[in-house]
Amino acid sequence: MLELRNIRFKAEDDDSSKEIIRDINLEIPDGKFVVITGPNGGGKSTLAKLIAGIEKPTGGSIIFDSEDITDKSITERARMGIGFAFQQPVRFKGITVFDLLKIASGTKLSVSQACDYLSEVGLCARDYINREVNASLSGGELKRIEIATILARNVKLAVFDEPEAGIDLWSFNNLIRIFENMRGSKEKRTVIVISHQERILNIADEIIVLADGEVTEQGSRDAILPKIIGSGYAKNACPKIEKGGEANA
Amino acid sequence: MPEMDAVQLRLLQEVAGLHDIPEGAYNLRANGQSVGRNTTANIDIQTKKEASGIDIHIKSGTKKESVHIPVVLSQSGLKETVYNDFYVGDDCDVLIVAGCGIDNCGTQDSEHDGIHRFFIGKNSKIRYVEKHYGSGDGSGKRILDPVTEAYIDEGSTMEMEMVQIKGVDSTKRTTIAQLKKDAKLVVRERLMTHGQQSAESIYKVTLSEDGSSADVVSRSVARDESFQKLDLCIIGDAQCSGHTECDSIIMDKGRILAVPSLEANSTEAQLVHEAAIGKIAGEQLIKLMTLGLTEQEAEEQIINGFLK
Ligand SMILES: Nc1ncnc2c1ncn2[C@@H]1O[C@H](COP(=O)(O)OP(=O)(O)OP(=O)(O)O)[C@@H](O)[C@H]1O
Ligand SMILES: [Mg+2]
Repeated sequence: MLELRNIRFKAEDDDSSKEIIRDINLEIPDGKFVVITGPNGGGKSTLAKLIAGIEKPTGGSIIFDSEDITDKSITERARMGIGFAFQQPVRFKGITVFDLLKIASGTKLSVSQACDYLSEVGLCARDYINREVNASLSGGELKRIEIATILARNVKLAVFDEPEAGIDLWSFNNLIRIFENMRGSKEKRTVIVISHQERILNIADEIIVLADGEVTEQGSRDAILPKIIGSGYAKNACPKIEKGGEANA
Repeated sequence: MPEMDAVQLRLLQEVAGLHDIPEGAYNLRANGQSVGRNTTANIDIQTKKEASGIDIHIKSGTKKESVHIPVVLSQSGLKETVYNDFYVGDDCDVLIVAGCGIDNCGTQDSEHDGIHRFFIGKNSKIRYVEKHYGSGDGSGKRILDPVTEAYIDEGSTMEMEMVQIKGVDSTKRTTIAQLKKDAKLVVRERLMTHGQQSAESIYKVTLSEDGSSADVVSRSVARDESFQKLDLCIIGDAQCSGHTECDSIIMDKGRILAVPSLEANSTEAQLVHEAAIGKIAGEQLIKLMTLGLTEQEAEEQIINGFLK
């Protein structure tokens, strides 16, 4: 179980300070598939970073598996089983896809195991395993490798920040399958996905709408989805076709 | 392995990856003396008469052969300058592995300066690997000032892999190359300095005839209070293409001076240089920490990858 209690986050600039997360309270039970959506700049990525320990809250506490992790480092949280796929994955000179998957798995990962993770995200393993995770990879390839690093880890809680961004339609189907597998696994993994896509919202157990640093809607998919469809929070894969070009987040 | 002790064998493994006597031609030098040599039908090695060093002759048409000429120093206070000349014929395809390992447990400085000259014929392919390594905890310094000169004739390609990752207190590495028509030079340098070390790496590559090209890439990491100077220069005298790149990570109180330079003496010369110095990107550390590494472990992984 993940619990956020009165979480606040203020970003301090030179002289101004901006409240990005204002008093958020959330309870996410184990084995749930939760989708967080909401307008750009609403604070979704910031919330994910607070969960992963990349940002420290200016107030409140975070409880994971009945332990207060508010003061725990990124590494400690990772070792407790929290995984985070970045909205903008990081590139490395010289570190190969295989190296990264090995680091992620924390074990002596075999080539064939690594290939399995790559196949799961729709990459032909043979072509990618020895590629460097550097600027030569396309945005979509990088995004899929980022997801594979989470698969390679044995996480209890996985947070994906806009995993579908830049991913083509074929891989998109794959992605949905990955989430469904994670949710259906016997380990009862908790999955939090930040997304604007209707198809991802459609498979959520629970939907949270975050706007201007606050939770504005929260509840089961059936309760929330009808409210937000058409509001612009939920985007179809191709809004132009669906809505004649007027869709805008 | 002839007359070598454990320390020397360890050094040999570091610089030449050798556990045993190499296949093909070799010349092993330990503490200022030649301790083993093998020649083949195509590759001859002769001791120089007027100076310290060897002449290596590789016959035209020699393919898929290798020459190993590692040097190890384990005696504190030894200083030597060695001249090794390689004469490579036409249409060859050979691997040359050089390198020097110094172990200095004493109080006096140990120094090895290898002057390597390559005279490469036409349409040959040479891969040259040079590793430098230092160990030992004595106060005496481990100094290496190598000079590499390559004269590359028509249609030949030389690939140089220059590596110095550990333990050398002071180094000034100079590499000079001159390329004729359609000749090609590719350099991959990897450098890491620690503690109070200083390293200077100088390249001067002249593309003197049409169709010649050079790609010189240096990646380096300066840690602690070490200092590096990277001076990469390409001169284009004809219709040629040249690229140099210094890419450096700076840590702790390290200092790096990168001075890439280009000289074009022909309108047909196409020369590019790139240089970047910076600390490890914070987001790279964070990403690896979210995979469960500590900050130090993340740092090591990033550097290992970078210098691979
Ligand atoms: N360190 C920071 N300093 C100042 N402002 C910040 C900082 N981090 C985030 N912000 C601001 O906080 C707001 C929320 O950012 P965040 O990235 O969390 O939004 P988001 O909901 O993920 O948006 P998107 O849908 O575009 O990804 C934005 O206005 C952003 O500019
Ligand atoms: Mg975001």
